[in-house]
Amino acid sequence: MALDTLQKQRRRSGRLRLAGLLGPGALWLTLFFAMPLVIILLYSFMTAGPRGNVIWQATFGQYAALFTKDIYVNAYTRSIWASVLTTLICLLIGYPLALFIARSPQRWRTPLLFLILIPFWTNFLVRIYAWQIILSNNGLINSALDSLGLPTQTLLYTENATLLGLVYGELPFMVLPLYASIERFDFTLMEAAADLGASRWRAFLRVMLPITMPGVAAGSVLVFIPTVGQFVVSELLGGAKVDYIGNLLQRLFLRSNPPNWPLGSAMAVVMMAVLMVMIMLYFRSTTEEDR
Amino acid sequence: MIEATSQTKTVARPASARERTSLGGLALLANAVLMYAFLYVPIAILVIFSFTSDQFGVRWTGFTLDWYARLFANQRLMGAALNTLYVAVISTVASTIIGTLTALAMERYRFRGRAGMDALLYLPIVIPEIVMAVALLAFSAFAFDLLQSITGEPIRRNLTTVIIAHIAFSISFVVVVVRTSLKNFDRRLEEAAADLGANGWQTFWRITFPLILPGIIGGALLAFTLSLDDFIISLFLSGPGTSLLPVEVYNKVRRAVTPEINAISTLMLLLSMALVGLSQLVQRRR
Repeated sequence: MALDTLQKQRRRSGRLRLAGLLGPGALWLTLFFAMPLVIILLYSFMTAGPRGNVIWQATFGQYAALFTKDIYVNAYTRSIWASVLTTLICLLIGYPLALFIARSPQRWRTPLLFLILIPFWTNFLVRIYAWQIILSNNGLINSALDSLGLPTQTLLYTENATLLGLVYGELPFMVLPLYASIERFDFTLMEAAADLGASRWRAFLRVMLPITMPGVAAGSVLVFIPTVGQFVVSELLGGAKVDYIGNLLQRLFLRSNPPNWPLGSAMAVVMMAVLMVMIMLYFRSTTEEDR
Repeated sequence: MIEATSQTKTVARPASARERTSLGGLALLANAVLMYAFLYVPIAILVIFSFTSDQFGVRWTGFTLDWYARLFANQRLMGAALNTLYVAVISTVASTIIGTLTALAMERYRFRGRAGMDALLYLPIVIPEIVMAVALLAFSAFAFDLLQSITGEPIRRNLTTVIIAHIAFSISFVVVVVRTSLKNFDRRLEEAAADLGANGWQTFWRITFPLILPGIIGGALLAFTLSLDDFIISLFLSGPGTSLLPVEVYNKVRRAVTPEINAISTLMLLLSMALVGLSQLVQRRR
């Protein structure tokens, strides 16, 4: 009986301690992360007022506009296509780079990895801005062309400049998770495959790639998600000539006169939904390949 | 014996295979050289062109420190830099404390709603930052309207709004880092302390805390960097009167390349390098 009360007391004090540890974080994230998401979900079904206010009148109008008007449909397809391309390019150039680092002698690995970490921690805006110096009409490449007597090219404010900037900005986010899984890979498996008669390429496709798939998936997700929502690169390097979802969101919430928060909210909600579906599909496909 | 067989195998292997091996290695090396150049040439150019006397900042016409001097004389930019630092310090302290507590709860307790909390912790890391930014903007407007109707006083977005938002996204990153160090923790040390008569409080401060301190510092440095570099949430949440450095830089670079921007970018770059160096050093100690 006394033991029982003691146990109950201990459990109660444990529960109190848990509440003390968990409380601040749970409260903060509920209030300042979950609630805001609920608010935009709510706003996305409301009507936009004439002065940029939100009128509490339920409608599916925002979603209808998103799925029927060219400007929005195009922005979604453009953003997703740019993200797919960026992810694929980062994967194609990042995998060999991660492999190179993982295969380097031990004492070289830390400095090589450190060189990937620096851009990872460096301000994205600043890194993208650096390309303006290189690509602008009177920039480095064009002055070099000019001094060689060649005609100058329009490089900045093009779609290709946007893609270049996206790959440049996201590459470290691909390489780091790839390195983490390639580094754990047992390379004697490749020798075993070779001994069994597999070509190097075949051994890579059938042995190494499936085993390092978690790194490929993690890197792809880390690159894909921020790229879908980006607006800085398409503005600084693409010249904001065409709209990506991020540019439209920024305009609808901050710049346009009057702003249209319900439509912007619907746009953000659809983007989240698209991302969730794509991530789920992606992870399902990678786990199936594992089998 | 094993060595011998592997040697015979190498000899037995056709010459073309060995050639391909070295070719593959060469291709890997070439790709790596290109990629490191790709990552670092733009950064190097940015740094070099912060010292050029060319007023457009895109040509090398001679060495000068003028742009740095102008930078420090620019009241607006210096004010923005101070604001950014203030926001970063406060949000780092708060998110490190909250994040560490949350990490302890998640690693040391089994409770109902733990999976939900896990999702709540991972979501801020995986959703695009712009979604969080517009959601927080909408929420702040909603909450301010509500507060105004209660107190009757208008509230506007200011640095505090930005701090609240920065804490909200930093907590998750701190939790991830601290949880890693709690996972690598030898629980027997805590049991030993308890066996020797230490109470829960003493065990935490004498055993647990010093051992997870590198993780906490690592998380704090990450939170600090995230807050310093954050541009998207700051853009959406700082009110009209308050300026933050990344937002100021963004407003300037949208117009043109200028050597002052090259200079401030170089300084921000140096700060990031110092921070990543520091975080590596802390982790090495572990």
